[in-house]
Amino acid sequence: MKSVIQINDIKKIYHIGEIDVHALRGVNLSVNEGEFISIMGPSGSGKSTLMNLIGCLDEPTSGKYELDGIDVSSLSKDEYADVRNQKIGFVFQGFNLLPRTTALENVELPLLYDRNHRIKDPIKAAKEALERVGLAERIDHVPSQLSGGQQQRVAIARALVNKPSIILADEPTGNLDTKTSIEIMSVFQELNDQGITILLVTHENDISYYTRRIVKLRDGRIIKDEKPQKIHIASKDLELVEEDI
Amino acid sequence: MLQLKNMFKVSYKSIMKNRMRSLLTSLGIIIGVSAVIVMVGIGSGSQQRIEQEIASMGDNMIIVFPSFSQRGGVSRGAGSFNRMTMEDVEAIQKDATCLKYISAIVMSSGQVIANGKNWNTSIQGVDPDYQHIRMWKLKSGEFFTEKDIRARKKVAVIGQTVAENVFGNIDPVGQKIRIRNTPFKVIGVLEPKGQDGRGQDQDDIIYAPSTTVLTKLKGDRYINMINASATTLEDIPKAQEELADILRREHKIGYGKEDDFMVANQTSITEMASETSRIMTMLLGAVAAVSLIVGGIGIMNIMLVSVTERTREIGIRLSLGARSGDILTQFLLEAVVLSLTGGLIGIILSLAIAGILNTWTEIYTLINPLIAVLSFSFSGAVGIFFGFYPARKASVLNPIDALRYE
Ligand SMILES: Nc1ncnc2c1ncn2[C@@H]1O[C@H](COP(=O)(O)OP(=O)(O)O)[C@@H](O)[C@H]1O
Ligand SMILES: [Mg+2]
Repeated sequence: MKSVIQINDIKKIYHIGEIDVHALRGVNLSVNEGEFISIMGPSGSGKSTLMNLIGCLDEPTSGKYELDGIDVSSLSKDEYADVRNQKIGFVFQGFNLLPRTTALENVELPLLYDRNHRIKDPIKAAKEALERVGLAERIDHVPSQLSGGQQQRVAIARALVNKPSIILADEPTGNLDTKTSIEIMSVFQELNDQGITILLVTHENDISYYTRRIVKLRDGRIIKDEKPQKIHIASKDLELVEEDI
Repeated sequence: MLQLKNMFKVSYKSIMKNRMRSLLTSLGIIIGVSAVIVMVGIGSGSQQRIEQEIASMGDNMIIVFPSFSQRGGVSRGAGSFNRMTMEDVEAIQKDATCLKYISAIVMSSGQVIANGKNWNTSIQGVDPDYQHIRMWKLKSGEFFTEKDIRARKKVAVIGQTVAENVFGNIDPVGQKIRIRNTPFKVIGVLEPKGQDGRGQDQDDIIYAPSTTVLTKLKGDRYINMINASATTLEDIPKAQEELADILRREHKIGYGKEDDFMVANQTSITEMASETSRIMTMLLGAVAAVSLIVGGIGIMNIMLVSVTERTREIGIRLSLGARSGDILTQFLLEAVVLSLTGGLIGIILSLAIAGILNTWTEIYTLINPLIAVLSFSFSGAVGIFFGFYPARKASVLNPIDALRYE
């Protein structure tokens, strides 16, 4: 199995005035291609901090981080931006779509900053990504015309469009109701079945059962790294939920 | 750098998504650019009019004024101020070799009565040559002659405005007219010339023989001015020299002493007048340029607000892989596109204003394409200058903080 992420003894300390906040106190994690991992833990345990480091939005205070075999800690600011563009796909809790901008334009956005022109036809790629998340019909809708679930699908399409090495999702179902959450998890499962590596933060056990590996954090340390007792299939659960109604 | 085309697309889209804000941002530039163009246009318009007017005053014209002579900073007083006489004119007539025409000018004004109506106008005593110097044509009748001058005849040639207001439909030629209670006979009516560059009615005038006005109306010895025409354009400097020499001789002004007169030619008057209006043009332009800078500050203001408002957007772009340079370029381009668009609209607006002014008002506006190009480029520079600070502020944002911004 090819390793996508290799993290060794990563620490992150925030300085707030005189006080040092130890958000991560030495984390080791390795992620292989095709994995679907949920990161769990109580609020303030360092989940978002870890995601931001992996996503190259922030730099660790110490430790080593390799992404796709590249030692990320040695990169310049611009190279950091390029890594985000070429290798990472982000999905946020609050969707973070550009307002008054169509679904298609939102999905095209990362390709605008694609300096290597890996993707020759941005519009075609964006349309394909929207098809993959089941939104082919809605490409001309702006966020305010879409439901929360649909907005999150657009965000997932945007994360997919640049063919990243890994998709990072920080509480992607945090703002959604149960049924919509399951729908989103079924999109993730489908993508994972197609071989895409996904790292997802959640504090809900129900959500973590749709992933294949659960990493538990507490006080900036990994306290558990295990397979779930049972793996749920979101598309099947969706049928059950629909029968209930 | 990303493809500039892409960056333009981003800026264009975000401008179009906030039409109202974009318009408000550009408004200062729109007003500034159109103000500069129109103001300078009005200045050059009046400058051109003055030049045209002076050119139409006469051919190869030379003007002699009496001038204040200051000895040790003290004027020699009113009595010695106006020292030019008819004898001076005669001496010039006799001795000058490169003059075509010469005329004394005696200025007066007052009430004229005829046909049971009265009218206030200016009365000028001139010589027959004056008609040629000022290129007056006669509508009816004729101009007075040397004989009339020598005989101090009480005859008058009147302008169109005087003719209309005093005589109405009656043919004035042959009629009596009382000028300041002295009866004159109207012998000619001038072709109308209309207004001059300063909006003065050139046809509101009565010409009478210089000698008559001097002795019968003013009871004076001194004339106000001498107008002359040099034989050719090239002769003007020589003619001026001659005039000055003759007058110095007549006035017994010794070598090295100060003249009590001033000889000017049409070109020097043109230069003087256009210098004045050039300074006015520059002043108007400078005031308008300040408004362009104020427009730039307006851009900076709204761009700063926009950066704050769009912090989250910036965060999103950064998280998707935009470099801070890309964000800088985007916001800078937005400012430049807004100010250049404002500049373009300003140019169109100024053309419209100039059209309105030229069609509906007395103000003549001469649009200078160079000024239009200049103020357009200046608006671009203003965009870069005032757009840079907000753009830089946007580009140094940290992606996580920007994303978390509510
Ligand atoms: N930008 C920051 N500045 C200071 N402290 C921070 C910052 N971000 C997170 N922290 C602190 O780091 C710790 C971990 O935060 P976070 O990673 O957001 O936890 P989680 O996502 O698991 O709730 C918390 O104590 C939080 O207060
Ligand atoms: Mg969090």
